[in-house]
Amino acid sequence: MLSTQAIKLLSIWTILTPLIGAGIAGFLGKVIGRRATQLMTILGVLIAFIFSLILFDVIVINHSKALTFQIFNWVHSGSYQFNISLLVDHLSACMIVVVTFVSLLVHIYSIGYMAHDKSDQRFFCYMSAFTFAMLCLVLANNFLLLFFGWEGVGLVSYLLIGYWFHKESAVVGSLKAFIVNRVGDMGFILGIAAILSYYGSLNYQTVFQQTPHLLHQTITIIPGWHWSVISMIAILLFIGAMGKSAQMPLHVWLPESMEGPTPISALIHAATMVTAGVYMIARMSPIFEFSTTALSMVIILGATTCLFCGLLGLFAFDLKRVIAYSTLSQLGYMMVGVGSSAYAAGMFHLFTHAFFKALLFLAAGSVIIAMHEEQDMRKMGGLARYLPVTYICFLIGGLALAAIPPFSGFYSKDAIIEAAHLSTIPGSSYAYICVLLGAFVTAAYTFRAFFMTFHGKSRIAPELKGNVHESPLVVTVPLVLLAIASIIAGFMLVRWILYTPSQTALLGNSLFILPVHNVLKEMAQNYHGVVNMTIHGLETLPFGLAVLGIIVAWLTTMKIPQLAEGFKHRLPWLYAIFVHKYGFDEFNQIVFVRWSRALGNFLFKGIDMLFIDKLFVNGSGRVVATLSRVLRVIQSGYIYQYVFIMFIGVLVLLVWRLIT
Amino acid sequence: MQFLYTHLLSELIFLPIIGAVIILFTSRLQRADGGEMVAPARIIAVLVTLLSLLICVPLYIGFNNNSYAMQFVENYHWIPSLHINYGLGIDGISLAMILLTNFTGFIVVLAACQAIKRKVAQYMMAFLVLQGVSVGVFAATDALLFYVFWEAMLIPMYLCIGIWGDSNRNYASIKFFLYTFLGSALMLAALLYLGMTSGSFAITSFYKLHMTMMVQVLIFLAFFLAFAVKVPMWPLHTWLPDVHTAAPAGGSVVLAALMLKMGIYGFLRFSMPITPDASQMLDWLMIILGLIAIVYIGFIAIIQKDMKRLIAYSSIAHMGFAVLACFMVYEIIAVSNNIHDAYLSLEGGVVQMISHAFNTGAMFLGVGILYDRLNTRMIKDYRGIAHRMPIFAAFFMLFCLSNVGLPGTSGFVGEFMVILSAFQAHFWVAFFAASTLILGAAYTLWMYKRVFFGAVNNEKIAEQNDINALQIFVYALLAIGVIGLGIYPDILLNMLHSAVDHILTISIQHRL
Repeated sequence: MLSTQAIKLLSIWTILTPLIGAGIAGFLGKVIGRRATQLMTILGVLIAFIFSLILFDVIVINHSKALTFQIFNWVHSGSYQFNISLLVDHLSACMIVVVTFVSLLVHIYSIGYMAHDKSDQRFFCYMSAFTFAMLCLVLANNFLLLFFGWEGVGLVSYLLIGYWFHKESAVVGSLKAFIVNRVGDMGFILGIAAILSYYGSLNYQTVFQQTPHLLHQTITIIPGWHWSVISMIAILLFIGAMGKSAQMPLHVWLPESMEGPTPISALIHAATMVTAGVYMIARMSPIFEFSTTALSMVIILGATTCLFCGLLGLFAFDLKRVIAYSTLSQLGYMMVGVGSSAYAAGMFHLFTHAFFKALLFLAAGSVIIAMHEEQDMRKMGGLARYLPVTYICFLIGGLALAAIPPFSGFYSKDAIIEAAHLSTIPGSSYAYICVLLGAFVTAAYTFRAFFMTFHGKSRIAPELKGNVHESPLVVTVPLVLLAIASIIAGFMLVRWILYTPSQTALLGNSLFILPVHNVLKEMAQNYHGVVNMTIHGLETLPFGLAVLGIIVAWLTTMKIPQLAEGFKHRLPWLYAIFVHKYGFDEFNQIVFVRWSRALGNFLFKGIDMLFIDKLFVNGSGRVVATLSRVLRVIQSGYIYQYVFIMFIGVLVLLVWRLIT
Repeated sequence: MQFLYTHLLSELIFLPIIGAVIILFTSRLQRADGGEMVAPARIIAVLVTLLSLLICVPLYIGFNNNSYAMQFVENYHWIPSLHINYGLGIDGISLAMILLTNFTGFIVVLAACQAIKRKVAQYMMAFLVLQGVSVGVFAATDALLFYVFWEAMLIPMYLCIGIWGDSNRNYASIKFFLYTFLGSALMLAALLYLGMTSGSFAITSFYKLHMTMMVQVLIFLAFFLAFAVKVPMWPLHTWLPDVHTAAPAGGSVVLAALMLKMGIYGFLRFSMPITPDASQMLDWLMIILGLIAIVYIGFIAIIQKDMKRLIAYSSIAHMGFAVLACFMVYEIIAVSNNIHDAYLSLEGGVVQMISHAFNTGAMFLGVGILYDRLNTRMIKDYRGIAHRMPIFAAFFMLFCLSNVGLPGTSGFVGEFMVILSAFQAHFWVAFFAASTLILGAAYTLWMYKRVFFGAVNNEKIAEQNDINALQIFVYALLAIGVIGLGIYPDILLNMLHSAVDHILTISIQHRL
């Protein structure tokens, strides 16, 4: 058994090794060369992964209690003290294993993917820096470090989306991602500010312990309206989560983030960063549990994102964008999970999704390498025989995503659908319908992409034909490892994470659930072992819908392509809505971008330049000039004029004397 | 040695001024071909600023963080008949500002060694005088001495804009001079009134005066005019963008890093402690003006086409935070009844001042570097700079991120502290203050995107090389400041606690 001191050092070095790797890559990358840079960053992440495993062993396997470590005092000011401190408990220990595992594989994969980039040191630097920031976010013990990591991953995401900064679409996408995220962060920082002003501390423990005492506190934001403080805090925090986890209406940045290199789409925009919002809500369960309003908001927005962003996946032709829409939709599932108080189910889906979605992205990347940067599925088809390993891996990822038993996605998604079904939180019936339909949609778009890419007639550009071949080992080995994880993670973990009493469960005591919300406990009564669940899964409605989705995808892409065309002609308005992605981009462009520029122009030209500068500043100058011109007339220097004025003056004085 | 140690402040004021005089003698030297001989001026200026930085070391080490009293006090009769003294002394806030002044002076002189090619000796002189006089402003404990230094700042700055400035320099330098001069005329009247009533011009003696609300409000407004012009606060801000665009890079750096701070320093040293009741009564006005600076100016910054103008507007927005931080304390204390809850706000304001000096200074230097090469400040004339100047682009990104307030940089610390405090004052104050998260990101990074990213489409840009070793050195110093303060702000805050405590205590007394 390790001593507390050893665990502290271990957790600190888990965070620091990727940072050191990033530092070496950033500062010395040009000196030591590409190969050495790749090795150093991979080594950093590998060490972090090993340390994470040790921490996982100590905390989760051996059921150690949660440990907190203070590293240093960041700000101490009057009544307040903000520390840099870490929390290692079941939840964070599990999360860091997932983060470092996926990060390690993506690092290795990138050697192959970025082989054509002559200066990929910068890329490896960013990826290791991302791992560092993500670990900070996960291991934070207070809102300060959480926010540090939160903004840190946002920054690296921004830098990586715009990695190929000569491409206009990439830099536009990166800027959009940063600013939309900042909208969420504004809510988040207000939530943190509210926490400080009501709790007097940013430490998780203090905040969680005091929450029950604040239940009846209200705040008046708009005169006449009294809002519960807990609800306000939870909703503000959720706004932050909406930005990072791309929930409607702040989802617009995620599809455009696909302009970045594919490895980071897998690491950042599928497996880790975008799930930070879900992680945060699970971490804040002691706050969210006390606000049915906030949970209701989470579940409704999550369900909406789940269904409606999923539908968009049916209309995209860019392979990566299809997967991006599926990420949005799956994040919606996770939100429904945490929103219905089944935090463990949400986290479970986060873990399985990390594996199978990273797998799908990396497989898509492998296709893109083979196709020489081509991402349009209309120019693919029949790739299965050129890329056998990629094909199998994509299929496994797709089956997991479509929740076909016994692949991992089935266990986590089934739990979420069941939780939404049983939940009593307002909006849960709506959510149940959405997630059910979502099961159909998920299977449909996944297999539409699968069939279009790997099956059917080849539509490859003739000049590429001879050049398409399977990717090198550095690419395929991570694929195979992730494929294995995508198959086994579900049935290995389902009992441990969902249906084990909390002391020995995978997530231990990290999650707090009020007894009235505890849907998982209800579900546990119907759980009779993993085999039973798997077999039972074959007779449930979600499975039926998923199979139907696959059949529909097969019909529309392979058998009767006219079906899709028919839809376009029969219901052009509906088709237009989907193609325009419900008009969010246009709306933002007009309302936010154009109006704020118009407002800026009005304030600048109308008020600053015209009113203040022209009228007052230069105006007062002109008044002085005019006045002096008038006075100059009087000061002519002619004695007779002065005498005349004196004479008039004396006369006026005399007359005035006489009258009074 | 003892004499030298007890007169550190005077040395910091007069060493640069003496250096300037020495440079004056070298300005006549000519090279064999009749050109300017620039090396002596450059060497002397660098040595003097370096020496000043070294003098700061014993000042920092000898400073006692736990005392609110003025330290390194020097007090000599100057005009005894009027009770005017040559009085110097520093508390934590002054110390922070003096360290910043000397650091900035060093940076500016180093940068000028390359950037300035015409009338080098005169330029160096102007900046050395500026540095000495700035230290005087932050160190003066006598109101009239303060006023003398305050006004003395204007002359070298005016010359700097008028001689080395850009096309619009005449309009800008006059505007600058008139604005700041008219602003401080009323301050002089207020200082004279205070000096006459208290019988001494020591600033501390003003803190003991009891005045009626009417008098307090009048004095508050007189101070307000002087300080609000300097900060600058809406609607007295329109001189700043004009002046920044006309000034040379070094002038912009000193303006942004030091002169704007004097306004906030004035609020802390004069307005709040001398007229506590008026400050408390009018705090809503100051809070609203601070928020206008953040939101209104933020929108204006987005649409700017000129890089310097954009950074100037972003300066105004950032200083809005500092104003907010100062005057929010009354609302916070009114809500919580605990003076300790207000520390966060005021200290956040001071951190914001220091951090703003680093990142805005660095950004102005960066624009100066670009301007030297392409002779334009217009954003549309640039594209894809990052391809040709990757090191420069990386540094500039860091300073932009600090401007955006990203955690890990100094820009975050002040904003974070102020926004967190603002929530205690009122939800909507925090809401509008937090809007800077979006607006700041929008204007800063949109500019960065247009200047640094994209494909190079211009032959002139295509032939640029990266910045040289000296520029990297200057930027590295600033980067250390930005990151160091971002990761470990306590090092600065420890300096401030006692002074902030003292200022807060006397600023919430009722002295009607």
